[in-house]
Amino acid sequence: MTPFLEGLLRLAWWLVLAPLLPGLINKVKAWVAGRRGPPVLQLYYDLARLWQKQVVMSTLASPGFLIGPAVAWVALAGAVCLVPLGPVGAMLSFHGDALLMLYLLALARFFTAWAALETGSAFEGMGAAREVSYAILAEAAMVAAMLSLSVQTGSVSLVTMLAPSAGPGAALLAAGLFTVLLAENCRVPFDDPNTHLELTMIHEVMVLDHSGPPLAVILHGAAMKLLLFSVLLTEAVLPMGELSPPAATGVLLAGVLGVTIGVGLVESLLARFAFRRVPLLLTTGVLFCLFALLVAWKGGRA
Amino acid sequence: MSAETPFALLANAASLPWSDVPEWPAADLVRATARELDRGARLCAWFGVPEHGAVRLVALLAFDADNTLAVGRSTPFTGSYPSLTVTHAQAQLFERELWEQHGVTPIGHPWLKPVRRTAAGAPANGEFFRVDGPEVHEVAVGPIHAGIIEPGHFRFQCAGEEVLHLEVALGYQHRGVETALAGGPHRATLSQMETVAGDTTVAHATAYATVLEALAGVEAPLRAQWLRAIALELERLANHTGDLGALANDVAFLPTSAACGKIRGDFLNLTALICGNRFGRGLVRPGGCRYDLEAERAAQLLQRLRVALRDTEQAAAWLWDAASVRSRFENVGTVFSAQATEIGLVGMAARACGLVRDVRYDHPAGWHRFAQVPVVVWPGGDVFARAKVRSLEIQRSGEFLCEQLAAPVEGEHSVESPPPAPDTLAVALVEGWRGEVCHVALTDAAGRFLRYKIIDPSFHNWTGMTLALRGTAISDFPICNKSFNLSYCGFDL
Repeated sequence: MTPFLEGLLRLAWWLVLAPLLPGLINKVKAWVAGRRGPPVLQLYYDLARLWQKQVVMSTLASPGFLIGPAVAWVALAGAVCLVPLGPVGAMLSFHGDALLMLYLLALARFFTAWAALETGSAFEGMGAAREVSYAILAEAAMVAAMLSLSVQTGSVSLVTMLAPSAGPGAALLAAGLFTVLLAENCRVPFDDPNTHLELTMIHEVMVLDHSGPPLAVILHGAAMKLLLFSVLLTEAVLPMGELSPPAATGVLLAGVLGVTIGVGLVESLLARFAFRRVPLLLTTGVLFCLFALLVAWKGGRA
Repeated sequence: MSAETPFALLANAASLPWSDVPEWPAADLVRATARELDRGARLCAWFGVPEHGAVRLVALLAFDADNTLAVGRSTPFTGSYPSLTVTHAQAQLFERELWEQHGVTPIGHPWLKPVRRTAAGAPANGEFFRVDGPEVHEVAVGPIHAGIIEPGHFRFQCAGEEVLHLEVALGYQHRGVETALAGGPHRATLSQMETVAGDTTVAHATAYATVLEALAGVEAPLRAQWLRAIALELERLANHTGDLGALANDVAFLPTSAACGKIRGDFLNLTALICGNRFGRGLVRPGGCRYDLEAERAAQLLQRLRVALRDTEQAAAWLWDAASVRSRFENVGTVFSAQATEIGLVGMAARACGLVRDVRYDHPAGWHRFAQVPVVVWPGGDVFARAKVRSLEIQRSGEFLCEQLAAPVEGEHSVESPPPAPDTLAVALVEGWRGEVCHVALTDAAGRFLRYKIIDPSFHNWTGMTLALRGTAISDFPICNKSFNLSYCGFDL
């Protein structure tokens, strides 16, 4: 009974806490712009509102239009189960779970893109094309980051991989993972989560036609993904395993908060990049992660 | 040069007896117009006047370098005439409009389709230009947009992210303004003029008042002209500031976007301080201005203006200092100056292509005969240039306003305007914040409007926006569009 309850509690931590992050980012942006901004809990209100709404289905779309968001959410929820939460460890942990996490993230992307193509809209097709094009680089960066952690710890299980600090390559990995975080979560300078201009969107345009509970699921999934990347970044860089459990918990929370505020500040002070320059920045992210890998591989022996 | 022209010459804000306008058969008018356009004239207006079931063509040309306008007309005809567009692209929309309104066909027009005619409740857009190819895809945007903006349809032909061709279909805001004006001036005419394009209220109202004064043979008192010039520049400040903020918003640059949204309101409130309406409605009337600006309010206006200008300066500095913004604006949405000349671009969009085109300078009327605002020109023709011109015009207009408010003109602010003279043609050009607002009125034997033609700068400039998109990434459409910020209702009338 206890492990089951513990698992539920952990999942609840992810599910309940995730929608807080976009609210925090918006607060930071509002603060910089001198506005009051929406409440921190706005996404919770939105989710509650959307959950009560009806679903509007395009007559052209197949059931894949609804299956897409559902599968994407389940895949993301599965991915967060694999990520350790500092001292309390992961809900599920086994040899090679790092690979499963990468694949679950890719699965979520595939299904979101599929649902977007289902509508037959030119906008959503463009959005899906952009999303998967940039994903090539973002995933390469993720793979490199995971590899560097794996080489350093000699393990392919996230719990072990994320326990120590990333060592001398920590700064490189932090820069690389932060870039990936911004790209994967459609934040400025890659995408603009606040824009209303369909032609410039990447992620937002793929979910334009969704409504009601499916949209709520998409928004919640996006928030979970943001939390996942923030936790991953914090744990990869900081030596969580060497701290006492209360300290590790505090450091984890502070780390996630720090990443969130960082995202808010980047969004406040930077204009969005033109699409043709996005690959340039993403490649830089890949290189950061690759150099972290190099440091992890050769650094110790040099 | 213009002295040898066969057209009748007149100055801005002047009138001419209709019988003094030289007339030729339509084909000869087209030929004469083409000759003047070749010699550097610019087509301001090209419209029809119905006469006993036939139609007369009227051509209004601007010789910018000579600070004079020229007008000519055709004999009444029906059926068709040789198209001017074949040799001069700047006539293309005018000829389409003429075809739509009067049913005369320009023979040889390459793209004869409706401008704003409605069929079954929606504009009859006709066929769109299509690019064929396995890699080419078509994107349709609008008429309903995601933002709170006016309706218009955009059809992109794209190869991947690159736009090969953009066609704009408007007409969703067509209200029949010109039809409503015929037989006027009515009681509602002034209000209709103020809503031709709501963000250009002062410019359109000033043009209308100037036309009526020219027809009546009076001039508004100098103090009223001074007041109109102040309101016109305030309108420019508010819109340019709002657009800088909107451009920043479209590239997700928060600081300028947030600040400019607020400062635009400050400028609008200054207009409200003069006349009680943030858009300047009810201020300009034929014969003068409805409200005066007493010394205390002028002092208050000046003080608040200085604060708002300082804020704008800061917000613009953030924008220009951000490398991430510059990289979005530079070399995006370029209109080359040769293209701008060919399609007859006007206003700040033309000045951003390096063309010196400013009615306040080329055809000064009203207060601009006594007080000049330096013309802002920036080469390049890209989004950066258009943003830069806006930012510089904010400075120049601000300085102009400070000077003018410090030295007010004494006297009456309004006189009675007599009824319009019969059988007379009057022209007024006003440099609105987008560009040249052109009003042409022709009265009948009873002194009522036989024809009242309004040309909003948007009518000239939409073509420029479509050219700017060629070879540009489709994701840059919003900033290109915003950098022009053209009016839909001013075009649709």
